[in-house]
Amino acid sequence: MAEIKLVKLTKKFGANIAISDIDLIIQNSSFVVLLGPTGAGKTTLLRLISGLDKQDSGYIFTDGRECSALTPAERNIAMVFQQYSLYPHMSVRENLEFPLKSPMSQVKESERAECVDRIAETLRIQHKLSSRATELSGGEMQRVAIGRALVRNPNLYLMDEPLSSLDAKLRSELRIELTRIQKDLGSTFLYVTHDQVEAMTMATHIGVLEKGELVQFGPPREVYDNPNSLYVAARLGQPRINVLPASLFENSPKKAKTIAMRPEQISQGAGLDTVITRIERLGDQTRLYLLFGEHNLVTVTDPHTNFKQGDMLSIQPKDPFFFDANGMRL
Amino acid sequence: MAEIVIRNLRKEFEQFVAVEDSSFTIKDGEFFMLLGPSGCGKTTTLRMMAGLELPTSGQIFINGEDVTFKRARDRDIAFVFQMYALYPHLNVYRNLAYPLKSQGFSKIAIDQKIREVAKILDIESILHSPVGRLSGGDRQRVALGRAIVRDPSAFFMDEPLGALDAEFREQMSEELRSLHDRMNATTVYVTHDQLEAMQMGDKIVVMNHGVIEQFGVPQEIYDWPATKFVADFIGSPSMNFLPAGSQIKTGDSVIHCMNQTLEIPKALQDFTGDIELGIRPEHILFNDLSALKATVLVTEYLGTTQIVTLDAGRMRLKARLPSTLQVEVDSTVGLQFDKRNISLFDSKSGQALLSEGNQKVLLNG
Repeated sequence: MAEIKLVKLTKKFGANIAISDIDLIIQNSSFVVLLGPTGAGKTTLLRLISGLDKQDSGYIFTDGRECSALTPAERNIAMVFQQYSLYPHMSVRENLEFPLKSPMSQVKESERAECVDRIAETLRIQHKLSSRATELSGGEMQRVAIGRALVRNPNLYLMDEPLSSLDAKLRSELRIELTRIQKDLGSTFLYVTHDQVEAMTMATHIGVLEKGELVQFGPPREVYDNPNSLYVAARLGQPRINVLPASLFENSPKKAKTIAMRPEQISQGAGLDTVITRIERLGDQTRLYLLFGEHNLVTVTDPHTNFKQGDMLSIQPKDPFFFDANGMRL
Repeated sequence: MAEIVIRNLRKEFEQFVAVEDSSFTIKDGEFFMLLGPSGCGKTTTLRMMAGLELPTSGQIFINGEDVTFKRARDRDIAFVFQMYALYPHLNVYRNLAYPLKSQGFSKIAIDQKIREVAKILDIESILHSPVGRLSGGDRQRVALGRAIVRDPSAFFMDEPLGALDAEFREQMSEELRSLHDRMNATTVYVTHDQLEAMQMGDKIVVMNHGVIEQFGVPQEIYDWPATKFVADFIGSPSMNFLPAGSQIKTGDSVIHCMNQTLEIPKALQDFTGDIELGIRPEHILFNDLSALKATVLVTEYLGTTQIVTLDAGRMRLKARLPSTLQVEVDSTVGLQFDKRNISLFDSKSGQALLSEGNQKVLLNG
């Protein structure tokens, strides 16, 4: 395992700056999730760290050693992609053993079987070891792909949306398993996703990317409770955060351009009048869509609320976020 | 506008029964969801309704007229697919004009119609852009626009948001729903995403292995699932299931489960056989006084709430709690089940057992 340090890392594709001046320390044994919409630079950053792409400027240190000149294999990094790439003609055991047979591998031939058994048990695929890769379900294939990364004991695991092609149930199971594996092995994970639930539930630290820049980095609770920009605030939270002109509220600070409130930052029962335009019953919670003047808001309430469409509801902000004209937090 | 009635609809592909005899009614103006895992028969059902597939038996009525063997184009419905099928070499305007031209509308009528639809979908500014240069969202809007311009009596949609990323899907699903509220056209929508179904649907049909498991409004299906499959499929995380003995009698209001006596909604049927108790994560509360103890295995922070995975005597449970509550991993907690929200299932058949809680929902369906 290793600590990874990025210093002023920059990557351009023609005139397009994909990664801009990123400084980041990924501590040993941390689980860092990079979050951002398509095109924010998440995958490019992974490719730079893995050595599949070369940066235009800046440095990448692994445990204090600069490694820009090293090939991907020499960096001893394991990658898992969205599309599980298994060898279809091999059994699950052969697929898992494959990385151990590499000349770079330090695992002795006599220890291979034991190593594979241990990983298979962790991922609960022991009973499939002699099956062919093509006989597995999607979830099993992805577990084998993850397993193939895990057998190696690399410096760092890079994962590029490894769960996004799986169905919801399996995704939530593997979220817990991955977190457990990472903790048990004490390994360092750098994980890319655009699924905020994955980021919130698995990460020790979330890094939010915006157009190639790292705009906030911290534990999930801190990023959620204390976003430093409107962009970051809008990345997390379901339903999404409500953004309104600050001028609608008397107590807004002078420099505030916008006010933003998550559902828990809206208190109900007193204050300004709104009309309920739509009620969505999601089972564990009910969402209320509100019309406030000409602005739309969404908040949540008790699942078995008696509210009806067209009812009035008074609301007021409770410790809201304020942002200036540039979208920066006040 | 359209009311659609499905009566004993069945589809076999050689030996394989894709859809078992199914019956349901879609009321005029409803946003109606066909929900289930892949291979459950939901898309086949929709394709039969659209006329893209002939049923093996059964009937389909649109506004009282038997359309079972009518051609797709004679049914006056518009189909929106997962992959927005647009003509890449034409601009937005021409893509929208195409279905009208083929129906023989005049140039003036076409232009008027397109302006109207462009306004509804807020795509007026891109009417003359080539579709190749549009963002995913705008393409999806144009695909919708092409369905809307024809003014059909119903819209059929097969996972129209399936290809979009999470953030954008939420925005589009809101847009679709508000579009429906403005136009009030009957919409039948196929999805495997239970949250999407809960969020957008007025009514939901849950299918599994070609069989309709339950039919109703979202909250009722969530609160009082008719089968264990529905209980498990709807809700994230899904309902917790615990073994709860092998007998219950009409009038019982307690059951033995995990060495405890738990209060339940009063039973309205006698049953002998393995019973499973089902409880949703948000109905498990922490109470230090409770004799039912569990160890905290994992906590997952979700912003407003957190999901806590618990080990209670080798049974795994998931509870949903406010994230303001401090929960330490490895600590021991007492659990209390909200007695108003407990379902019992016949473990073998998966059918819910009748109680004072679910009778209203189950006897209606």
